[in-house]
Amino acid sequence: MTDKNDYPTLANADLIDAERSLFCDARPVPYEPYPVDFVEKFANWVRANSLWVLAFGTGCGAIELNPLMTSRFDANRYGIQMRPTPRQSCVIVVAGYSSVKTLKRIIRSYEQMQGPKFVLGLGICSLNGGMYWDSYNTIKRIDQYIPIDLYVTGCMPRPEALLAGFIELKDKIKAGQCDGTNRYVKDFDWYKANQKKVIKNWDMPDYNW
Amino acid sequence: MDIWISKIGYYFLNVGIVLVYGLLLGAFIAKTMARVQGRIGIPIYQPFIDILKTFTKRQAISHGIMFNLGPAFRLAGGLGTLAFIPVIYGNEMFSNFSAAGDLLLVMYFIFFGQLGMALGSGESGHPYAAMGIGRGLAQMTAYEVPFTLAVVAIFIQYDTSSITEIVAAQQGSIWNWTLFTNPLAVIAAMIAFLGMAAYPPFDVAMAPNEIPIGPPTEFHSHFLSMMQMNRAIFAGAKLILFMNLFFGGATGLIELVFKTWAIYMVAILVGAAFPRFRTEQAVRFFLGVPMLIGIASVLYIQYWAQ
Repeated sequence: MTDKNDYPTLANADLIDAERSLFCDARPVPYEPYPVDFVEKFANWVRANSLWVLAFGTGCGAIELNPLMTSRFDANRYGIQMRPTPRQSCVIVVAGYSSVKTLKRIIRSYEQMQGPKFVLGLGICSLNGGMYWDSYNTIKRIDQYIPIDLYVTGCMPRPEALLAGFIELKDKIKAGQCDGTNRYVKDFDWYKANQKKVIKNWDMPDYNW
Repeated sequence: MDIWISKIGYYFLNVGIVLVYGLLLGAFIAKTMARVQGRIGIPIYQPFIDILKTFTKRQAISHGIMFNLGPAFRLAGGLGTLAFIPVIYGNEMFSNFSAAGDLLLVMYFIFFGQLGMALGSGESGHPYAAMGIGRGLAQMTAYEVPFTLAVVAIFIQYDTSSITEIVAAQQGSIWNWTLFTNPLAVIAAMIAFLGMAAYPPFDVAMAPNEIPIGPPTEFHSHFLSMMQMNRAIFAGAKLILFMNLFFGGATGLIELVFKTWAIYMVAILVGAAFPRFRTEQAVRFFLGVPMLIGIASVLYIQYWAQ
């Protein structure tokens, strides 16, 4: 892996010259936890109890997201709510398979979210490809492209399973174990190389600020 | 000098009370709606956690100076509106900076926050933010017409532009309330209030499903927490303003809570019953019957009532 200091700025090599000046070329930087342990623990508790999920259906599993807000499952009582914009969300659910085309949008959305941010893989397809294991245009292991904090496996998992997944994600956040944001920054070049290997028409900056 | 220091201290106390009250009111309504739908709903303290969550985000990218200032202007609009409204009548602690002419200042501050927000969202560069701003400002310009006409009627009726004096004139009996002495102005103003509250049918500016929540699309982290705080303070300040102008003000905290809750429920009930207007439908609506009612209230108070 390349040392971060060797390349203080990103090349944005896939953008045309006219567009390069429109985008930021700074590398993402990891965030530091609060210096006082008690404050960090409190912040984690707060983050766990207010999960704003990006309303972005990335695959067939998105159909399981909608019932969560209905009277039957009522995810609101756990502090979970949908947000329409990645800027304000802190959880993205990769729901089921993601095609190469969708992966590009997942990366754009994920990078636009502000840290600490969490990713939940829903369905067996996000874990190992599932029934699409030999498909030519489907991503097999999503964790090679963005850092996953928790998987909910099954095909398809029922909304109860997704809700149980959210509750487990809350426990992990409270324990301070969800460090995906910093992992992505630390292994940025590895993730970027993997992404560029599958996405052929990379007409966006290297990091979507 | 000492008076000013204590006044500023009392003002911040008022801001705290209105902030907590505004957040609890929002949570209470969300909880009530959940119960109506057969759900358990959010915990009553959820808005506080949401604000703390956005505040404890560790990353916040900026789009420029106006982007940074937008939420600050918005919060200044809310704080400024509250600063000149007496919260509880006849109580030194809750009278804020109310003085002669404060109603005009308050009307200016209601506009000020929205304009600051328009500048901030404009710099975010997001097309949906610009669309939301266009819709919001068009709608605001429209509902300001019946509201201003109602306020003009009140100026003529009480011969003053001081909110404290307007509240004082309504004391004594329930029949002294503007609601009964000048019902046309109250009808016009309450219709304008529906537009101000941004509940359906007038929520097109922040339509989450078509233009991802409009103006605040790009705002996040502590920018968003400032706007969440302003939402509570501004909502509280507007409710207190309407209570003071039209429903006799409040002489105690319990009366304040009950009256503002009742005014808020008007917007909630209308919102639950009617679907969303498009922008041009909303503008046509406000410039139609509500504007005529506003004009009628001015003519009524000028020529018949006195």
